[in-house]
Amino acid sequence: MASLTPQVTTQVTPGTVPGAAPAPAPSRPGRPRRPRVWRGVVLALAAVYFLVPLIASFVFTVKVPNQGFSLDAYGQIFSAEGFGGSLLLSLGLGVATIVLVLLLTLPAAVAVRLGAPRLRPVLEVVCTLPLVVPPITFVAGISTVLRWGPDYLASTPFYQTMIAVQNPDFPVVLVLAYVVLALPFAYRSLDAGLGAIDVRTLSEAARNLGASWPHVLLRVIIPNMRSAMASASFLTLALVLGEFTIARLLSFQTFPNWIYRISGSQAQVSVAVSVFSLLITWLLLLALSSAGARQRSGS
Amino acid sequence: MRDSRTRSKSRWAAVPLLVFVVIVFGVPMLVLLGGTFTKEGTLSTANLTESLQGAYLTALLGSVKISALVAVLGGVLGTFLAQAVVTSRSRTLREAVLTASGVLANFGGVPLAFAWIATLGNAGVVTTTLGLGGHGWSLYNFWGLTLVYLYFSIPLQVLTVVPALDGLRPQWREAAQNNGASTWQFWRYVGIPVLTPALLGGVVLLFGGAFSAYATAQAMVGSTVPLVTLKIADALTGNVLIGHENVALALSLDMIVVAGLVMAVYLPLQRRSARWLR
Repeated sequence: MASLTPQVTTQVTPGTVPGAAPAPAPSRPGRPRRPRVWRGVVLALAAVYFLVPLIASFVFTVKVPNQGFSLDAYGQIFSAEGFGGSLLLSLGLGVATIVLVLLLTLPAAVAVRLGAPRLRPVLEVVCTLPLVVPPITFVAGISTVLRWGPDYLASTPFYQTMIAVQNPDFPVVLVLAYVVLALPFAYRSLDAGLGAIDVRTLSEAARNLGASWPHVLLRVIIPNMRSAMASASFLTLALVLGEFTIARLLSFQTFPNWIYRISGSQAQVSVAVSVFSLLITWLLLLALSSAGARQRSGS
Repeated sequence: MRDSRTRSKSRWAAVPLLVFVVIVFGVPMLVLLGGTFTKEGTLSTANLTESLQGAYLTALLGSVKISALVAVLGGVLGTFLAQAVVTSRSRTLREAVLTASGVLANFGGVPLAFAWIATLGNAGVVTTTLGLGGHGWSLYNFWGLTLVYLYFSIPLQVLTVVPALDGLRPQWREAAQNNGASTWQFWRYVGIPVLTPALLGGVVLLFGGAFSAYATAQAMVGSTVPLVTLKIADALTGNVLIGHENVALALSLDMIVVAGLVMAVYLPLQRRSARWLR
């Protein structure tokens, strides 16, 4: 299509002098020049705006007064008090959230595709709600439940559950909340993944050959969904590793909460961690997109 | 027979998800609603009234103001950047910008605030290098926060708008030019109307993102800029008069209503743009 475009323009305006006609259909020689200037300016401004903070953050972490260049701040990350514990907690929460969100969404997404299309609008609404409701209002609701719960449920077995989900070593309540936050992203990417394969034919073929439904799901559908599941998992992990609002207001020491806490005493280290976490996100996303591209070219 | 049995069976596969959402999401929302309308054990709208007065109202309006500004600025700037990327023939540039947008759109929260503090804060690298401190520069105000929010908003707009811009077919432009339309007329009568749903959808998303942002604001400005999220957090952590704890819930309800109204614009729009940009 791109090769057709200039030809048509030259046919329509054979007599125009290049550059003389300001707006109406510039002819071929004049055409690439103006947009290029405009595009260059936009791209240059964007590059400055987006790169300067990254570069400046890095400079901030390696510049020591009266000493010059030093990578000490990055070394101090690992020895800083609370680093390992909070990072492990966040990673653990991330893995638990990924497992739970996939277990809940995958069967539902397959069901909507195969046998219950009338449930689709319901799921769409359910998976849009967490986007409409800001996390801080969600945590306001959760903390009220956790505060009131013990008063009303003291004599029932739910009481122990309420206490158990708030165990600071592994706060299950955060996993539950994060699953809700991750639902929209997980559902969308799984649904897109299911749309790219012919689920109906695949599952009917498998059923005709005598496979049970769990077998169909585990051995036929899931292997075809690897890249969609990888992207759902990645988005969920990124969300959990960066989530601050809920963890802070429920007072659990997750990784972002730790970064915030040390910023008071060790500004350089906290900026170093920020740069570091951005780099990790970048690497994960690159790995994911290259894996996706490989799968596309393979099929 | 067999088909209908499969059908009714497959419906059960969605049940765990729905039950989970009702319990984990529905119960807190119901409690939020209940708490908003109770004060000292009786039914009342006192919390709601209080949440729409004085400092609380200022905070709510402050949040709406900064979110609207970020949404419009981010929407316009993001669209220009997206158009620059889409019209460029370099595949590498396109891939690089889209990947970077994917990362930066998710780069929110505390790390974002610290990156900007290191850049333009009082002891920031750019501030000290250019001597901005002497000119009365401060990052810790409304405009500083806008500048920082745009850092994740513009990439989000790029991600939303690029598919729509890709969907603008060259034939439409050719047809318009064949009929003698100028570039301005093409955009005014063809390009913008087709893109409007996608553009507005992006703007709504940006509004929602800035409106519900808490971590960045908390780490950056503390309470110097009045924002509703900061007020809710304050009230939740006990920084409020005895007997007024439920104001946090009322403020949350206010927020949900505002976000819901804005989102309500988005859903029908998205459906309309999907029809054109297939």
